[in-house]
Amino acid sequence: MSVKSDRFGRAAACFVAILALWMLLFWRFHWSVILTGVFFAAIITATIGSRFPAGIAKVLNPLRWFYAAIYLPYFLYYCIRANLDVAVRVIHPDVPIRPGIVKVRTNLTGELAKAFLANSITLTPGTLTIDIDGQDLYVHWINIHTDDQEKRCAEIVGRFEPLLRRIFE
Amino acid sequence: MLETIACWLFGIGLAFDVLGCIGLVRLPDVYNRAQASTKCVTLGTAMLLVATALFGVGGNWAMFVKAIICALFLLLTSPVGAHAICRGAYISGVPLAREVSVEDAFVDRARTIRAEHRKQAADIQEAEREKT
Amino acid sequence: MSVTFLQVAMGVLIFGSLLCLDRIGRGPTAPDRTVAIDILGTLMVGFCCVMTLWPQTTDSPTAGVYRDYYMTVAIAWTLTSFVGTLALAKYLEGRCYDA
Repeated sequence: MSVKSDRFGRAAACFVAILALWMLLFWRFHWSVILTGVFFAAIITATIGSRFPAGIAKVLNPLRWFYAAIYLPYFLYYCIRANLDVAVRVIHPDVPIRPGIVKVRTNLTGELAKAFLANSITLTPGTLTIDIDGQDLYVHWINIHTDDQEKRCAEIVGRFEPLLRRIFE
Repeated sequence: MLETIACWLFGIGLAFDVLGCIGLVRLPDVYNRAQASTKCVTLGTAMLLVATALFGVGGNWAMFVKAIICALFLLLTSPVGAHAICRGAYISGVPLAREVSVEDAFVDRARTIRAEHRKQAADIQEAEREKT
Repeated sequence: MSVTFLQVAMGVLIFGSLLCLDRIGRGPTAPDRTVAIDILGTLMVGFCCVMTLWPQTTDSPTAGVYRDYYMTVAIAWTLTSFVGTLALAKYLEGRCYDA
């Protein structure tokens, strides 16, 4: 894909996304509403359109939507389990924690995929992403229970990696 | 039926909120506090928003859409904020709680980042000096 | 939803905010306070939810209608609080804003 068409694609995606958000928030169809939305979407696209994530045409692939629909309940299950886990640790009289910062490796390469992986890690059992350096993730873990690097990677990253690869790459 | 579900969601969300705030007070260092409070309060508030959205089903679709969009924004922004604060805290030199922590793999990387920042600041100062 | 339930919800959220304020006042380091401020910002969205469902008095012209303008407030609050948190975090990192 040439540089020029890539830039155009980013700007168009940014414009459409902002206009859709505007229409959803206004929730009323009238030519004045649409005109104002187009005006502001054009201003914002001119400012930040070039920073919008590339390769947005992937959104149109229904298979990715299918995997995203699987990912959402899967993620919510782990999210609620994480909250119960942390809540028990908080109200337990001894506060049973064994915290520390560990380093794990991921196989994902896309920027967007890595960002979503980091967000998912932060919202799931006892882990919080502190930094990403290339393929290395530095993760604060509230309860380190194993010294084995393989097991750690499987427990922190392995849950989400296959699905996220199918959605974003 | 929908209202009953919404009321239960509201109650559970409130419970998570208050547990997160208790974690903020009870746990030993910044990183643990950020963990407990971010996870619990984010999910709790997202549940409150979804409950509010369920009250809008049928009559008030504008409220439904707004509440769902707000919940999505919250779920996307809150972990990023926690990550930024923890990274900032580590680089500014706040240590892990010594009594309970067992491992720290971030020391070397943090040293590199600090050196980079110092170099950037020095470059900017240099450029300004040349300008005047 | 009954008024009593909403009053209890308001009380619970105020209790949580007081805990956050305690951490803001007592927190030994600056990042502790920043985390507490971030959480307080998220709790404000919860207050907005309660205020959305709070019933209006029966003689008001809009009785029985939810105050959905509070949801707009909640969206704006989420995004501004996010930007504030990022600015504070960058300040903690000791980094220049224009680099």
